[in-house]
Amino acid sequence: MYGEEPLFGLLNRIGTPVEGHRPWPRYRLGRDGWLRLIEGLAGNGWSLLGLWGEPKAVHAAFREDFSGDVAVVSLDCPQGRFPSLSAVRPAANRLERAAHDLYGLVAERTTDPRPWLDHDAWGVRRPLSEQPAAPVPNPGPYTFLPVEGEGLHQIPVGPVHAGIIEPGHFRFTANGETVVRLEERLGYVHRGVEGLMQGRPVAEAARLAARISGDATVAHSLAFARAVEAALGIEVPARAVWLRALMAELERIANHLGDIGAICNDAAFAFMLAQTSQLRERVLRTADACFGHRLMMDRVIPGGVATDLPERGAGLLLELVAELRKRFPPLVAIYDGKASLQDRTVTTGFVSAELVTRFGAGGHVGRASGRDQDARRSPGYAPYDELTFEVPVLTEGDVNARVWVRIREVEQSLSLIEQIVARLPAISRGLDHPSVPLEAGRGGEGMALVESFRGEILTWVRLDGEGVVTRCHPRDPSWFQWPLLEAAIGGNIVADFPLCNKSFNCSYAGHDL
Amino acid sequence: MLKHILTSLTGGPVTEAAPAPADQALAELAGKLDKAAKARLGRSLSIREVDAGSCNGCELEIHALNNPIYDLERFGIRFVASPRHADVLLVTGPVARNMREALVRTWDATPGPKWLVACGDCAVSGGLFAGGYACVGPVEEVLPVDLRIPGCPPRPTDLLAGLLALLETSAAR
Repeated sequence: MYGEEPLFGLLNRIGTPVEGHRPWPRYRLGRDGWLRLIEGLAGNGWSLLGLWGEPKAVHAAFREDFSGDVAVVSLDCPQGRFPSLSAVRPAANRLERAAHDLYGLVAERTTDPRPWLDHDAWGVRRPLSEQPAAPVPNPGPYTFLPVEGEGLHQIPVGPVHAGIIEPGHFRFTANGETVVRLEERLGYVHRGVEGLMQGRPVAEAARLAARISGDATVAHSLAFARAVEAALGIEVPARAVWLRALMAELERIANHLGDIGAICNDAAFAFMLAQTSQLRERVLRTADACFGHRLMMDRVIPGGVATDLPERGAGLLLELVAELRKRFPPLVAIYDGKASLQDRTVTTGFVSAELVTRFGAGGHVGRASGRDQDARRSPGYAPYDELTFEVPVLTEGDVNARVWVRIREVEQSLSLIEQIVARLPAISRGLDHPSVPLEAGRGGEGMALVESFRGEILTWVRLDGEGVVTRCHPRDPSWFQWPLLEAAIGGNIVADFPLCNKSFNCSYAGHDL
Repeated sequence: MLKHILTSLTGGPVTEAAPAPADQALAELAGKLDKAAKARLGRSLSIREVDAGSCNGCELEIHALNNPIYDLERFGIRFVASPRHADVLLVTGPVARNMREALVRTWDATPGPKWLVACGDCAVSGGLFAGGYACVGPVEEVLPVDLRIPGCPPRPTDLLAGLLALLETSAAR
């Protein structure tokens, strides 16, 4: 855009490149440089991709959406303080609060300094800093933002919700039936994944990565594996690359089918859930028959994949595609033709294009509001550069648009599976399964961007010479979608919250880590 | 839509019951579960599911129990919204410390007689998350556990088999 400085132009002026960071560069900035960066961010459109801490440093990743350039910037903060990015990138706020709770890093001049992941229940403060501190003796209650006005009442919901769903707390302020404000409190599912990964060999850390968010287990495993492979500079066998894409698309279809049905179910249209849940079961059983696990957990590993497709696998997959092509379109026609459904989903839970851009939200949340981003296409990774697919983008920004993006994505994924099955490279002789062993004696820093069914996952990893993880930060797409849910529900009625929530389907576990 | 309704009415159930070799265990289970449930609870068992720090993998498979293929409700077992309505708490996850209090309060809100099922490797043993600062470990460190259903995540058929075991254990008490 006119008048904007390119990402690398600015970073080359204010920072020094760090050696051994792949595939995108990392720049070390001084405090002055960091302040210049904040100044620069105020006037341009670079998306924040992530922000994470270490005991004495803070890192942030950015992408210039137009060119697709990606870079990481780092600031050493020996005093444990750094100038906050939250005023120019509101999406940074919760990440900064998380970095504070885990590493004790203080974001100066932040827009919101309250704790986030730390609920005073761990028995320790700043658990991953160099000097963890004793717990607070008498922690007070968490302060929700004040809401004042005549006729307002509050509805607290959670952390245990009325369904089979992950835990989190929602504080609604309503005027009659209309929601005036929603405030989320998350962190209930914090299991300390980043801390557990430290000091573990790559193979063990990969098992943890597979359990960051169970519904995106393939995508998170893939992001971790590709970050490790980037750090070590290794290439995986071609067949493994294609098998990974196959699993990722199966995962996308299974989740979208489940969600489309669940959204309709929340609009009291249970027929749809009964139908799509059968299709979902069909997908999971095919995944089980092909890869030995219904959710395909631990099947993508650093270096390749853990299991190869059995001989009858290709046939099973093509049967699955044929069956879904037959059974899914009539359901889509029903969704499209039911006034009782449209009445609930059209114009409900609106998120503006401006807001998804400001927060850098990806996946169906971003694409239903006009943000045309898909990590499979930009920055892109193999084998998608050799496959034909479209990224559906709508501009209505409501529940209905998010349903339609999912429907179109299911159709695209079916076509992708067909293409992958048709072109799957043969396995080379003498290998039990398509993967390369990881050699010890090499280390480095790597990162990866992978498109999960929810959106873009960023994983950043640093390995020492022994192949042990010294720091890993997986950033789930939900970080940039949860804040938008708060905006989506404003002005809607309380009863429409389940619809809005399900149409986003943000991950609790992936966010809380 | 009309076509779908007609197909559903005339096409027979999609629920799996046929004693095909691979599904024999499930079909056998269905009969036994029905008998035991009748004896002890008069055809009804209400389950409140509590996620105490799971990755959501277990929840996905628990959801699958409700689909027309497994159709849990044919056995008189149903998931309920409130612990006040529940006979059983089905707990997943390595009990994140941030969830400990909520779990205990949910248990306290459940009227007796009540049972607790630890579902999935994390709930059974703490899984990969044991030993960290953020998790308590297995559910039994927080509450008394009546039954363990291992698996990462357990398959829907494992879950069904586990719930039957629970009925038999509780009937023997």
